[in-house]
Amino acid sequence: MAKRDRLSGNEAIAYALRQINPDVFPAFPITPSTEIPQYFASFVANGQVDTEFIPVESEHSSMSAAIGASAAGARSLTATSSCGLALMWEELYVAASNRLPVALALVNRALSGPININCDHSDSMGARDSGWIQIYAENNQEAYDNMVQAYRIAEHEDVRLPIMICQDGFITSHAVENITLLEDEEVKGFVGEYEPEHYLLNPECPTAVGPYSVTDYYMEAKRAQAEAMQNAKQVILDVAKEFGEMSGRTYGLFEEYQMEDAEYAVIMIGSAAGTTKDAIDQLRAAGKKVGLIKLRVFRPFPADEIAAALANVKAVAVMDRADSFSDHGGPLGAEVMAALFRARSQAYAINIVYGLGGRDVRVEDMKGVYAELERIAETGETGDTYRYMGVREQA
Amino acid sequence: MSYNFKEIMSRPERLAPGHRMCAGCGGTIAARNVLRALHPGDHAVIGNATGCMEVSTFMYPYTAWQDSYIHNAFENAGATISGVEGAYNVLKRKGKLKEDETFKFITFGGDGGTYDIGFQSLSGAVERNHDFVYVCYDNGAYMNTGIQRSSATPMYADTTTTPVGSQSNGKPQNRKDLTNILVEHDIPYAAQTTFVQNFRDLHIKAEKAIYTPGAAFLNIMAPCPRGWRYNTPEIIDICELGVETCYWPLFEVIEGEYHLSYEPKKKLPIEDFLRPQGRFKHLFKKGNEHLIEEFQKEVDRRWERLLKKCK
Repeated sequence: MAKRDRLSGNEAIAYALRQINPDVFPAFPITPSTEIPQYFASFVANGQVDTEFIPVESEHSSMSAAIGASAAGARSLTATSSCGLALMWEELYVAASNRLPVALALVNRALSGPININCDHSDSMGARDSGWIQIYAENNQEAYDNMVQAYRIAEHEDVRLPIMICQDGFITSHAVENITLLEDEEVKGFVGEYEPEHYLLNPECPTAVGPYSVTDYYMEAKRAQAEAMQNAKQVILDVAKEFGEMSGRTYGLFEEYQMEDAEYAVIMIGSAAGTTKDAIDQLRAAGKKVGLIKLRVFRPFPADEIAAALANVKAVAVMDRADSFSDHGGPLGAEVMAALFRARSQAYAINIVYGLGGRDVRVEDMKGVYAELERIAETGETGDTYRYMGVREQA
Repeated sequence: MSYNFKEIMSRPERLAPGHRMCAGCGGTIAARNVLRALHPGDHAVIGNATGCMEVSTFMYPYTAWQDSYIHNAFENAGATISGVEGAYNVLKRKGKLKEDETFKFITFGGDGGTYDIGFQSLSGAVERNHDFVYVCYDNGAYMNTGIQRSSATPMYADTTTTPVGSQSNGKPQNRKDLTNILVEHDIPYAAQTTFVQNFRDLHIKAEKAIYTPGAAFLNIMAPCPRGWRYNTPEIIDICELGVETCYWPLFEVIEGEYHLSYEPKKKLPIEDFLRPQGRFKHLFKKGNEHLIEEFQKEVDRRWERLLKKCK
C-alpha cells in the first residue's frame, strides 16, 4: 500500500535509497546535495541499511570509490552538486567506459564562478557527453520515482551504463511537498538483486578492469557505449511501464502538457515546468493554444520523439537553464534545433537561457514567452534566436 | 613470523611473464615480490595508479595479472581501492561472499601517482584506515611520461623538467619524505624497503603490510634503468648502495613505533650511490664538489633524524 507523506526532494531521494539498500555509498558534502548523504548516514547509524558508507575526502574520490565498488560487484552510488560534479569529470567518463551501473543523485546547482549555490543545470549539462544516462525531475515525487527506477535501467544487460538522477537545487531539493511513497517491500522487489556478470570479488573467476587500449580497440569500446545508450531508450520506457503498473504513476521520455492542439510550445527541463503549466492554464482559459514538453530523459536524447511531438506547432521556445557560451545557444537548444532540422520542421524556433544561478522564473515570465512565440508566428520575424530571459541587460 | 626463502620463492608468480615492462624494471621486481608474500589460497584485488606498470601489464585484451585487477586513473588509486574494500565488507556481511573466501587488497603506484597527484586520495584512504596495502614503487620521477621530476626526485637529479644546463644543476629541491608523512597518519604499519638481502627484508615487510589489519604503506625504492641511467644488470648493486650510504634506510613503523631494520657497519659516502647513475653525472664535474657535499649533508640529516626516532 502506498502512503502519503511530506518530504523535501533530498529526503525523498534518501528515502528511496534506504528502500533500495545499496551496497556502497561514498560521499563528500556539497550544498545543496549534502542532506542526502547526511540522511543516509543516519540510516547506517541506526542499522536500517546494510550499506558501507564511505565519507571520502573529495568528490573525485567519491566517484572513484563508487567505481571501485561497482567493479568489485557491489551496487554503488554517490550524491553531489555543481563543482562536486565538475571535480568528478574524469571519473564520469571512466564509469561510463567501464560500463559500470553506478548511480548518482545529482542536485542541480550552478557552476562557479562566481560561486553560487542555487539552481541551474550547468553542472549536469556540462557532463552531458560523459556517457551517463540523465533523467530529470520536475518535483519531489518525480525525483523519488526516478531514483527507484534508476538501477533497473542502469544494470539492464542491454545498457550497463551509469545513471544520473537529477533534481533542481533548493527548488525541489529543499522544498517540502506532499509525496506518495511506495512500501519498502515493493521497492525491494522492483529493484531486485544486483547480479553482475564479471566482477573483481568473484572468487571463481578473477577479472581485470580499466585497461590500456590504444587505436586497435578504443573506437570499438566507444561504439559499444553508443549502442548501449541507444538501447537505454527502450529500457527506460519498459522500466517506466512496469513502475507505472506498480505505482499508478506513468512516465515516458518526456511529458506533454496541453500539446494535442498546441500552436505555441515550450520545451524545458526541471522545476520551471510547474510554473509553465500554471502559465498554460491561464492562457488556455483565455483561448490560447499553448503547450509544454517537459523533458525527463536528456541522455539518451529523444530527438525523433520530440520532433514528432512538435510536428504541428507554429513556434517553439527551447528553454535552457545553462548556457554553452557558443554564441549560438544552450545545450538543450542545440539538441532540439538539430532534431527539428532533421525532421524538416517548418516551425519557428528560439532558444532562451533562463534561471541561471537560481534566478526566479515567474508565471508572468512564461506568459511572456508564449506571447513572444505568437508574435513571431504572426510576423515571421524570429529576432535573435539565442537570448536571455529575466536578466538586467546593459543600457 | 618465520621466514622461509625457499617456500616463498616456490609460490606461483602472480604477475605473469609477457607483460611489456622494460627489462630490469624495478617496478616489476617490486610487484612480483610483494605478491609473493600473499598466502597461497588467498585471493587479491590489485589496484594500480596510471603509470608504466598499468599501461604495460593490462593492454586490452591481455592482462598479466593472475588476480583481479583494477586501474582507474592516475590520482585516485587510494579512493578506488577504498570502494573495492567497502564492497568486500558489505558482500561478506550480506553473505554474498562465503566466509572462507579471503581477499586482500594491494595497490601499486609509482612515486608520481603516490607522492604527487594521488597524495590526497592516498591520505584519505589511509586516514579512513581501509584494510589494504598501498605499495609505492618509488623510482623518483614520472618515468612513464618521459622522466619528469616528481616530489620524490632527489636533489640535483637531471630530469626532463629539471634539466642540467648552464644555469641549472638539476632539481633544486629536496625530496619529500613520504614514508614519514604516512606514519604521521597514525596507520598500523608503514615501512621502507628495497631489493637487498636476497629480498628477505621486502618479503617480510610485504607480508606484514598485507596481513596487518587496517591501512599499511610500503615504500619500495625501485630503480628505473632509463631514468637513472645506470647499467641495467647492476640494479641490485644500486639498491645496496642506496642502503649502505643511508640514502634509502630500511625501517618499519608498527603502531607508531619506529624500528630500524638495518644499520650499515660502515656508512658509505653518497658518491658511491650517485656515481653509477647518469642522472647525477654533472655532480662529478670539476667545480661541483660542493653539490655532493650538500647532498651528503641532507642524507646525514635525514639519517640522524631517523636514528633518533628509532631509539
